[in-house]
Amino acid sequence: MKGNFRKLALVGALAALAGWPAAAGDTSARQLIAQFAAQAHTQPSVARGKALFMGRHTGGKPETPSCTTCHTQNLRATGHTRAGKAIEPMALSANPSRFTDSAKVAKWFRRNCKSVLGRECTAGEKADILAWLSSL
Amino acid sequence: MKIPAMKALAAAGLIALANLAPAAAGTNMRAAAKLTEAECSACHMAFPAPFLPARSWKTIMNTLDNHFGEDASLDEASRAQIEAYLTANAADTGGNRQWMLRGVGENEYILRITEMPWWVREHSHEVSQRAWARAGSKSNCLACHRSAGRGGYDDD
Ligand code: HEC
Ligand code: HEC
Ligand code: HEC
Repeated sequence: MKGNFRKLALVGALAALAGWPAAAGDTSARQLIAQFAAQAHTQPSVARGKALFMGRHTGGKPETPSCTTCHTQNLRATGHTRAGKAIEPMALSANPSRFTDSAKVAKWFRRNCKSVLGRECTAGEKADILAWLSSL
Repeated sequence: MKIPAMKALAAAGLIALANLAPAAAGTNMRAAAKLTEAECSACHMAFPAPFLPARSWKTIMNTLDNHFGEDASLDEASRAQIEAYLTANAADTGGNRQWMLRGVGENEYILRITEMPWWVREHSHEVSQRAWARAGSKSNCLACHRSAGRGGYDDD
């Protein structure tokens, strides 16, 4: 455990020196799923990802009870923010540029899980959600 | 009075038109303007800095984890740069929009452009119910001001 942590810290320090995470194109859905699953020591589950993404939650902000509040139930179609701006489809098959920038993925998981669930998503939950969005 | 406001709104890169005030220590204003445009346009258009006073921007930039009912938090370096840009180009600073401050008390912290007296005045006539319904939200400026760049407002 401790050894792992040290290794991670070292990778982090090197990454900071190199200015990584780089811009778009530094990762892929497959790589991210593998990373998150390894971190969580779980197998990614499409069914769990679907339940979490499509479900209604009460722990977060009242304005955003579900991921579908903005991304809608049809993830192959365009969604919209609460201020009316279009959001490109989330399904990987409908939008191949999804999940290719690790900093972007981290930023939006942090924001959106806090808005909807009132807490950050765990690595296991992130693997599940990305597995589901990649399966559509 | 009205023309500069319309020009600001009409510009494609709305923020680019704000006067770039002299850089605060350590802040590259051009880079900060670009960052603001990129980060603050994810959920709505990036609102022009001159449309609110500096104290409003400061409050907005320090409460991003609870931003009008959403978490819009940023890493600290980006947050600080954007705050520096917005407060340097606000209505009462480099943005020079004194008329937009009419009716706003010195200690009043209005966080919405759509609650500023100037905005309410400009939108109290001429805007049809249909246009409001189509926009969905008052904050959705581009629903009505899309064609402002071509000299007309699409308000049927
Ligand atoms: C309040 C509106 C809103 C809600 C609710 C919301 N999202 Fe998002 N989400 C966005 C916006 C806006 C973006 C950024 C625009 C884009 O990537 O097209 C985004 C982007 C993302 C991204 C990054 C995609 C990429 O290509 O890197 C992920 C992952 C994501 N959302 C997951 C979720 C999950 C999981 C939930 C529910 C816990 C959720 N979102 C709820 C608005 C929302
Ligand atoms: C995660 C989505 C999101 C991001 C990112 C975001 N906002 Fe917002 N913002 C909102 C929502 C939602 C509203 C309220 C819209 C409504 O009431 O219809 C809003 C409203 C506003 C308003 C008030 C608009 C009005 O009604 O007059 C201001 C000002 C504002 N945002 C500034 C910013 C700034 C500055 C940034 C960049 C640091 C930013 N926003 C980034 C979601 C976001
Ligand atoms: C539902 C439609 C609608 C929405 C949404 C809307 N506006 Fe307007 N706006 C109008 C109309 C109509 C006028 C009056 C047009 C005129 O004066 O010729 C106007 C006038 C203005 C003016 C004065 C323009 C000038 O130079 O005369 C400004 C500035 C402005 N709006 C800014 C905004 C901003 C910023 C937002 C978003 C926070 C916004 N508007 C949202 C319809 C809208």
